[in-house]
Amino acid sequence: MSSLPLGSRIGALLGRMGLKGRVLVIAIPTVWLLIFFLIPFLVVAKISFSVAAIARPPYLPIVEWVDGFFRISLNFGNYLFLLEDPLYVAAYLGSVKIAGVSTLIALLIGYPMAYLIARSEPDRRNLLLMLVVLPFWTSFLLRVYAWIGFLKGNGVINNLLIGIGIIDEPLVMLQTDFAVYVGIVYTYLPFMILPLYANLVKLDEAYLEASADLGARPITTFFTVTLPLSLSGIIAGCMLVFIPAVGEFVIPALLGGPDTLMIGQVLWNEFFSNRDWPIASAVAIVMLFVLVIPIMLLRWAQSASEGENQ
Amino acid sequence: MSEAISMSDARPWADPTAAPFLQIKNVTKKFGDFTSVYDVSLDIYKGEIFCLLGGSGCGKSTLLRMLSGFETPTSGQIIIDGQDQAGIAPYDRPTNMMFQSYALFPHMTVEKNIAYGLKRDGLPKAEIAKRVSDILSLVQMDGFAKRKPNQLSGGQRQRVALARSLVKKPKLLLLDEPLGALDKKLREETQFELIKIQESLGVTFVVVTHDQEEAMTLSSRIGVMTAGEIVQVGTPREIYEYPRNRFVADFIGSVNIFEGRIAEDGESHVIVASHEAGLDIYVPHSISGVIGQKVAVAVRPEKVQISKGDLGNLRNKLTGTIDEIAYMGDASVYQIRLDNGKRLRVTQTNLTRSEESTLNYGDRVNLGWDGSAGVVVTS
Repeated sequence: MSSLPLGSRIGALLGRMGLKGRVLVIAIPTVWLLIFFLIPFLVVAKISFSVAAIARPPYLPIVEWVDGFFRISLNFGNYLFLLEDPLYVAAYLGSVKIAGVSTLIALLIGYPMAYLIARSEPDRRNLLLMLVVLPFWTSFLLRVYAWIGFLKGNGVINNLLIGIGIIDEPLVMLQTDFAVYVGIVYTYLPFMILPLYANLVKLDEAYLEASADLGARPITTFFTVTLPLSLSGIIAGCMLVFIPAVGEFVIPALLGGPDTLMIGQVLWNEFFSNRDWPIASAVAIVMLFVLVIPIMLLRWAQSASEGENQ
Repeated sequence: MSEAISMSDARPWADPTAAPFLQIKNVTKKFGDFTSVYDVSLDIYKGEIFCLLGGSGCGKSTLLRMLSGFETPTSGQIIIDGQDQAGIAPYDRPTNMMFQSYALFPHMTVEKNIAYGLKRDGLPKAEIAKRVSDILSLVQMDGFAKRKPNQLSGGQRQRVALARSLVKKPKLLLLDEPLGALDKKLREETQFELIKIQESLGVTFVVVTHDQEEAMTLSSRIGVMTAGEIVQVGTPREIYEYPRNRFVADFIGSVNIFEGRIAEDGESHVIVASHEAGLDIYVPHSISGVIGQKVAVAVRPEKVQISKGDLGNLRNKLTGTIDEIAYMGDASVYQIRLDNGKRLRVTQTNLTRSEESTLNYGDRVNLGWDGSAGVVVTS
C-alpha cells in the first residue's frame, strides 16, 4: 500500500498519462461544453434540415443507407418557410423589441443601484449585494406567479390604488406587454446590477476627483468620466439581460396576453403543439444566429474598450 | 543636496509688509476620533514652491486635500488670495491638483485630457487648441497629443498630468508626490524642469512629498510635518543646518545626536557636557537655558572630520574605532564606535581616486568637528 494521500496518487497517475494540472483545468470545461452544448446543438441543427413525419421521432432521417450508398437528403424548406410565414419574422422582431426595451429599462434602474452599492461603505456593500441576489433563493416560477397576484384585476396594486382613491376602475395590467416588461425587468435586474457593480467598484475615485478639480460639476463628471469608463460593465450587463430575455418563454406565457408575440412561445408551440420538430429546430437555429451576431459585435466592442482602459 | 531657490534675493516670508497669498489658519481635521491635521497655521506667498514634508500618515496629504476642497476642515480657515474657501466646492476653487497617481482619464487622448478643464470653462475651441499645444510644448510633449495615457511611459504621463493641472493657469497648484512614481535619474532631471516651469508661469506651488531630497531641491521653503502638526518651517538650508528639534534633525538627512546637560552658558556659546560623547561639546549660541538642563547636540555626519593622524585645531575631538565602511562612490560612510560603545556616523567625500582606502576596518581614528558644526536641539 502506498502511503501517499489519494489526491497525489491520482495526480501522479494523471501525470503519467500526460495530463498536467493546467491541461486538466482547461480540458474539463471544454469537455463539458462539448457534451452539453455543442453536441445538442448539432443534433438540433441536424433535425432542422429534415422533413417532419408522423413517426417516432417525428422526422425523417437525413442519412440513409440506400443500395450500398449513403444518401444524404438536406431539406432547406424549413428555413424558407420561416421567411414565408410572417408569424416567425414578427415573433423574432417582437422578441428583440421586448428584450431590447427591457434591457434598457433594467439599465436605467440597475445603473443607479449598482453605483450606490459601489459607492457605499465597504462593509455595507456585501449586505446590499446579498439583497440584490436574495430573490434567487426563491423559485423563479413562484416569483413570476407572485407578479400575477400583484398585477391582476383584483390584485394588490389595483386594490391599493382603488383603496386610496386614485382610480375607480381596476387597471388592466395582467396579460399585456406591460406585464411582460415588468416580469423581465424584475427577473433579470440582478444580472444587470452585478456586472455593473463589479465594474463601478473598481472605478478609481481619483478620476472623479481629477474631474471635479478641473472644474466639472458632478453631473458633467458622470457623463464624461464615470459613464465612459463603465462602458464594459454596461455591455456585459446588457448582454446578460438581453440574451436570455430574447428567448424568454415562461414570463410571456404567464404574464403576457394574446398579442404578446415572442419567439420562445412560437418555439414551444412548434415542438409540443404542432410536433413539427424540424420547423422548431430551424426556429431555434435562427434564434441562435439572431443572438450570436450582435453578441460577437458587442464582445468586440467590449474588448476594444477594455484594451483602451488598461 | 542642493538648493535651487529662485528667489534668493526675494524672500517674501521675511518681509513683514508682504501679504501672504495662501493663509492656513488653525486648521484641524478629524476623521472620527483620529486627528489627521492638528492646528496647522501657515502663510505661503505668491510664487513660492512650498513643500509639505513628512512621513506617511503625517497629515500632509490631508492638508493638501483640504486646500483642493476634497476634504473640509473640522475647524480653521483656508484663505486663498484673500478669499475664504469655506463652502467652496473643488470645481469652483482657483486651485488645480496634480495627483500622485496622475489620474489621467484613460479613455481620453493626451490632448483631450489637457483640454478637459478648459472645456469646462467653456472657452472657444480655437483658444483651447492653442493653449493645449502651448502647454504641450512647455512640458516637451509635442507630438504626443493623440496618444492615450496607456501608450505613454511613466515620465511622459507625469508631464501630461503636470500640463493638465497647469493649463487652466490656476492661482495655486497643488502637487501630491509629483515625482514619486519616477525613477531616481528621471526624478532629478524633472525636479529642475519643474522649477523652470514654475518660474516661467509664476504659479504658486504647494508640494506634498515624503522625499527629503525632493523637498530640498524644489522648495523655496519647507514645512516639516509629523503626527498632523507642522514642527518647523524654513528654507531648506535653515531646516538642514538649524533643525529645531530632534525629529527634524533626524528626518532631514542623517545626524549624530549626543545627549547631555548644559554645563556653561556663555556670551556666544554653550558648553554641553555629554556623557554619551565623553566630551564637553562646544556649540555656538543657539539656545538660552539654565545650567544643568537636559539637551542634545546634533552633528551632521559630513561635518565630522576623520583621520588616523592629528586633526589640528578643532574645538571638539574624540577617538573611536571604525566598525563599518560603506563605499558610495562619491563619498564613504564610516560607522565609528566610541570607547563607551556609542556609535557615530561620519561621511567623507572621496576626494582622491585610490583603489585602497587609507582607512580600514578596526582602525583607531581621531574624530573632530569645528565649533560651529553642532547645533543644540531640544525635545
